[in-house]
Amino acid sequence: MTSQTTLDILLLSFGVIGLLTALTLLGEFLRARQPEGRADPVVETFMTRVHSWWAMVILLSLAVLTGEVAVLLLFAFASFAALREFLTYAYKRRADHLSLALAAFVILPLQYVFVGLGWTGLLAVFIPVYAFLLLPIVSALRGDPQRFLVRVAEMQWGLMICVFCVSHVPALLTYEVGDGAEDRSVLLIVFLAMVVQFGEFFDYYAGRRFGRRKLAPAVSPKTLEGVLTGIAAAALIGAGLSWITPFGLAGAAAMAAMAAAAGMFGSLVFAAIKRDKCVKDWSHLIPGQGGFLDQLAGVIFAAPLFYHVTLLVWG
Amino acid sequence: MAAQTPRRSLPRRVAARAVGHVLVFVARFITAVRADWRGVEPVARQRVYYANHVSNADMPMIWACLPAHIRRRTRPVAAADYWLKTPLRAFVGPEVFNCVLVDRRREERTEDPMEAILAALDEGSSLIIFPEGNRNMGDEPLLPFRAGLYNIGKARPDVDLVPAWIANLNEIMPKGEVIPLPLICTVTFGAPVRVAEGENRGNFLARAAAALVALRPEPPDTAP
Repeated sequence: MTSQTTLDILLLSFGVIGLLTALTLLGEFLRARQPEGRADPVVETFMTRVHSWWAMVILLSLAVLTGEVAVLLLFAFASFAALREFLTYAYKRRADHLSLALAAFVILPLQYVFVGLGWTGLLAVFIPVYAFLLLPIVSALRGDPQRFLVRVAEMQWGLMICVFCVSHVPALLTYEVGDGAEDRSVLLIVFLAMVVQFGEFFDYYAGRRFGRRKLAPAVSPKTLEGVLTGIAAAALIGAGLSWITPFGLAGAAAMAAMAAAAGMFGSLVFAAIKRDKCVKDWSHLIPGQGGFLDQLAGVIFAAPLFYHVTLLVWG
Repeated sequence: MAAQTPRRSLPRRVAARAVGHVLVFVARFITAVRADWRGVEPVARQRVYYANHVSNADMPMIWACLPAHIRRRTRPVAAADYWLKTPLRAFVGPEVFNCVLVDRRREERTEDPMEAILAALDEGSSLIIFPEGNRNMGDEPLLPFRAGLYNIGKARPDVDLVPAWIANLNEIMPKGEVIPLPLICTVTFGAPVRVAEGENRGNFLARAAAALVALRPEPPDTAP
């Protein structure tokens, strides 16, 4: 890794760590204002979230600094954890046991091997075409036709969401920024993660503060005002981060706005799935934020779009 | 089975500890197993944990989700005919899990299973037992309990009997499958039950079974 890239990553990490320190101090200040021995649940929730962000920032910084393999392993594990949560609530029968095991233990690792090798053609069709055709065959061979289409559809959806889409984040590593700085593509991962996270953060708090018009009241409390604030905030942050991207000032703002918008609609889709499955959180693995899927929902929807537009416009 | 555990050589004990850690890691990796202490606190009191039984992975799962300091003092009660079948099982069962082995074969056995169980309790160990006796393959949530749980509660009335519902394992590792599926597993621990003064066997076992079934989460799938 060139020293310039390392320097930029460190600079970013310290910036985010400074921000998290400020949020932690703010939380502790709010805690201290509470009467002796009392705790405000809103403040406590906020603090568990901040603690989880600390863990995520430290993990992602270390992975990005260590190099490509560490980033791949990190996202492969995130895929595995997300798939584990998705399949827990998916409709499945005994006859699907082998196909689900294949999905988790063969197709998932292979997808990340293709990403690591930079076989961009194969990584784009492997799950949507070949896993899509193979797994129903395996299920059908076990000979149980009951609700077959529901079973294979939910299985395929899990793979697309948790493996295919998530793998487009490390797939950004295959993109070459040009003019001799090919390792700077790792910064795009940081850019994507930051603008989507900040977009969601502003959407959530702006929506609670002055949100009026609900986008889909039966599905989620998301409001038009919250979403627009989130997108605007993401665009500003994206513009502020344009120095780590090849997009230029306006391009970075546009890419950030697009990624944040896709991410918010991703959260909306996941809210609908959770309502349907009657689950509040996908698991308890990330304190204060539910499971990996709750956390990744935004990035999942933003990643493929971000990857393809980057390649198309700046490739 | 000898009630007194023989002292084994240091390398064997180290190997058993290491294998135990690997099994806990694998269980956590595949299922992210989580203990939900709903009715009791995870403290080092002597207890008999009794759980539902649908899969061979039940016992390792409940064992893996206990906090380490409790796990070291907790011994699963398991079938001797299963755990002594091969040398590998004879290492994993008695040495890694530190099982209390009992003979399930009513006619051929020479020793009363209750003796080994009570001896383990008198040594201060907690126990894990599966009062259904066999793996439940049907659609009912539980098979009828065997008498063992009642006999333990009657013989050692000071020991808490803690129900523990293991969710999802019939999907993670159904009978006949070799590869476990990565799905989230939760073990829910309920409030302890004890045999009441003068309570008969049928009433107690029905009450204990009801306390266990009450911990079952709503079946996640409500497919139309």
